[in-house]
Amino acid sequence: MHTKTLHEIRELINKGEVSCVELTKNTLDRISSVDDKIGAYLQIDEEGALNKAREVDEKIRRGEEVSFLAGIPMAIKDNICVEGLKTTCASKMLQNFVSPYDAHVTKLLKQNDAVILGKLNMDEFAMGSSSENSAFKKVRNPYDLERVPGGSSGGSAAAVAAGEAYYTLGSDTGGSIRQPASLCGVVGLKPTYGRISRYGLVAFASSLDQIGPFTKDVEDCAHVLKAIAGYDEMDSTSAKREVEDYTKYLNQDIKGLRIGIPKECFAEGLNEDVRREIENAIEVLRRLGAEIKEISLPMSKYALAVYYILASSEASSNLARFDGIRYGYRAKDFEDVVDLYVKSRSQGFGDEVKRRIMLGTYALSAGYYDAYYKKALKVRTLIINEYKRAFEDVDVILTPTSPTVAFKIGEKSNNPLEMYLSDIYTVPINIAGVPAISIPAGFVGGLPVGMQLVGNYFDEGTLIKVGHAFERETEFSKVRPSI
Amino acid sequence: MEFEAIIGLEVHAELSTKTKIYCGCTTEFGGEQNTHCCPVCMGLPGALPVLNKEVVTYAMKAGLALNCEINKETYMARKNYFYPDCPKNYQITQDETPLCKNGYIEITTEEGTKKIGIQRIHIEEDAGKALHREDGTYVDFNRSGVPLIEIVSKPDMRTAQEAKMYLENLKAILQYTEVSDCKMEEGSLRCDANVSVRPKGSTEFGVKTEIKNMNSFKAVEKAIEYEIKRQIEAINRGEKIVQETRRWDEAKGETVVMRSKEEAHDYRYFPEPDMVYLVVDDEWINNVKSTLPELPDKKRARYISEYGLPEYDASILTSSKALAAFFEDTVKEGASPKDASNWIMGEVLRTLNDREMSIEDIKVQPKHLSKLIELINNGTITGTIAKKVFKDMFETGDDPEKIVNEKGMVQISDENAIRDIVNKVLDENPQSVEDFKNGKTKAMGFVVGQVMKASKGKANPQLVNKLVEEELQKR
Ligand SMILES: [Zn+2]
Repeated sequence: MHTKTLHEIRELINKGEVSCVELTKNTLDRISSVDDKIGAYLQIDEEGALNKAREVDEKIRRGEEVSFLAGIPMAIKDNICVEGLKTTCASKMLQNFVSPYDAHVTKLLKQNDAVILGKLNMDEFAMGSSSENSAFKKVRNPYDLERVPGGSSGGSAAAVAAGEAYYTLGSDTGGSIRQPASLCGVVGLKPTYGRISRYGLVAFASSLDQIGPFTKDVEDCAHVLKAIAGYDEMDSTSAKREVEDYTKYLNQDIKGLRIGIPKECFAEGLNEDVRREIENAIEVLRRLGAEIKEISLPMSKYALAVYYILASSEASSNLARFDGIRYGYRAKDFEDVVDLYVKSRSQGFGDEVKRRIMLGTYALSAGYYDAYYKKALKVRTLIINEYKRAFEDVDVILTPTSPTVAFKIGEKSNNPLEMYLSDIYTVPINIAGVPAISIPAGFVGGLPVGMQLVGNYFDEGTLIKVGHAFERETEFSKVRPSI
Repeated sequence: MEFEAIIGLEVHAELSTKTKIYCGCTTEFGGEQNTHCCPVCMGLPGALPVLNKEVVTYAMKAGLALNCEINKETYMARKNYFYPDCPKNYQITQDETPLCKNGYIEITTEEGTKKIGIQRIHIEEDAGKALHREDGTYVDFNRSGVPLIEIVSKPDMRTAQEAKMYLENLKAILQYTEVSDCKMEEGSLRCDANVSVRPKGSTEFGVKTEIKNMNSFKAVEKAIEYEIKRQIEAINRGEKIVQETRRWDEAKGETVVMRSKEEAHDYRYFPEPDMVYLVVDDEWINNVKSTLPELPDKKRARYISEYGLPEYDASILTSSKALAAFFEDTVKEGASPKDASNWIMGEVLRTLNDREMSIEDIKVQPKHLSKLIELINNGTITGTIAKKVFKDMFETGDDPEKIVNEKGMVQISDENAIRDIVNKVLDENPQSVEDFKNGKTKAMGFVVGQVMKASKGKANPQLVNKLVEEELQKR
């Protein structure tokens, strides 16, 4: 049962072959048997999940129409608020913080009668690319328990890959959905900035953060996106734009569709085996009738630098509220209020979080602001313009999602710069604000390889169209880890 | 050496919008601690600010009333600092792009009218309030997110009196436009002053100090006066003025050092990434313009030209919106502007002052004051009686006609009745009659007074005068 996709499960429920309670119990059993090894969950709400499942079974028994997501177990990254559950951001700082309100996406999921199983592990405050930065436990890759699942939404990716939830939500600031999706062999979508409300997502970098779904395949992705997208008056950066029925992009052909291949993404730094898999994927799309064009995105080489300045600057301010005064971790002994701040934040935050707070504070300081933050904003505009120009010539841009397959736990944890490079293909997308999806596209030594499709602003539809066409032609999305 | 002072003021005024600047919570003053709060104004993880459009409208109204240009495209900025009453540890304010800029206020000095420039007006949120108790410090976030405008003047004032006049005019304008109620005691108006001195004639600025903690206009005036004197004396002693923030100590009547420039914060301003640009179009600006009421300057000029009031009276009557409205309503009810002005400048303000009340609290209705004036003019009551009637009106808010009728205060104009009283008084005061005959005209005044007293102030004074003289001549 746990290897099935969301749409397969929907069919089983609709045919009456499985009840939502059975399904939920089954998934909870699956979690009990594998999560000791995976470490995807930080919190499980068994009672809430079963109550919801019972409620949906009752609705179905009464013959009521239910939503596509109704009664199907899912889970949420632990930086998205669910009323009454803890929102820890995998940090000691928020270890005991119970959110008194629902995030906008949580509200939408509840309206869709989703069965929320619990909260998922991640890099602390979404800072990291391996999920090793969780203050509580590491997440392991279901394909190889010695390897990382990617990050920061490692728990969200691993849970879907290991069958511990039929779909999950994550957040993506510089690749935190797509890179773990790639490393765990699942589909992960970062929508256009503003497509999904950020209200209730604990902010890391406000101008880059975006919530998105993890699913086993592209078809599932279309269904989940449809349910959680849309304008929210509580988020002024959310777009006042109608939500499309993304399922209409399924089962379309891609003849004549123009796919751009940026040459910069196939240069130095890309693992040769990964390159081969991606080139094979390109050939599949060419066979399907897509027009493959080489393009150039020269500004994207600055994206990583821009990202670490902007994201860290915003983070240094966004994380200032965690001070031990109103909620969260407070140091035991302190002399005065300044001592309280210093001790609570020194003890409550992990190393990577502190590193970025310091970096961001420095970049915003008097005397450095113009050289770092202001300049980074200017380069950001150049990168945005570069993507706008590129989409005049092509409909989709294709790159590897990550330069390598999943690496060993501990392999990069002492070298932050090397860790940062694993986001080299995903970061420019957040800088530009365009949507991108990672789709299983090959295997290297039994480890999944993901390809990234990048779309024009609010053109998630085309990503689904191309992704689904690729999926119908290949078997990569049907592979499950042996765990 | 002769010195001149350079003064600039930074005023924070709380806007009178019903809800907070970035969330839907009420701005009502008071309330049980931490009850006017939500995830947004408490800075909970994941909560986001959304700009209240009313705040922009109110701030533009202030800007237009203060002759400012409106910045059509502005952005909010974060001002980063750690303080327990600041829930996000940053304040969402405006930095490089204030909503309004380049305005002015006119004040009247001995040398004539003077324009005090307004550099900028920006919108921002208020912080919570720290409460220090014996067992520790607590924070109340009811005020957190209450909308403020900060109005920064140009360094155009030269004396403490000018600063006070600027504040008075500013307050009147903010009240007239109903942008703020400007209650200093509730903290809805706060003022900091930047003060420096320089040799008269010099064009360079001296080193300035910033003065905080002034809780009334009077305090602002006294603090600035003190600071000017302190700086001049220091320079004369050969000392250097240091850039620093000083606190006004009301009890001691002096300014004391709060923090030096070295301790000043680096606020690390940057554009608020949780918000989009604020774009204001002409339609919005024109809509706000069309709601602007007649402002104090215009009103004062009109009182002088249209009603023929003296400049002083016109200034007093227009000093607050409520007082001007009381005056205009009284005139609208039929009283002549002159009579209405005399009564308001006299009895009304005197009684309010005695009771330490303001015009907003008065029970007397303008239509009743107008009627009172009519009762005097048509001879129903005397001026003396009118003052008594007014006292009653002030206590009860009753119709003067009702008071006059119930208490039998109608003027006696019956000649025979008054003649009877006159004769009775003359019979009782033979000495006065004697004095009168001996040419002491003063005696007549005494008799008139006695007659008025005997009639309990109700006798028509002109008739009393006439009849006393007649009867005295007869004796
Ligand atoms: Zn609120």
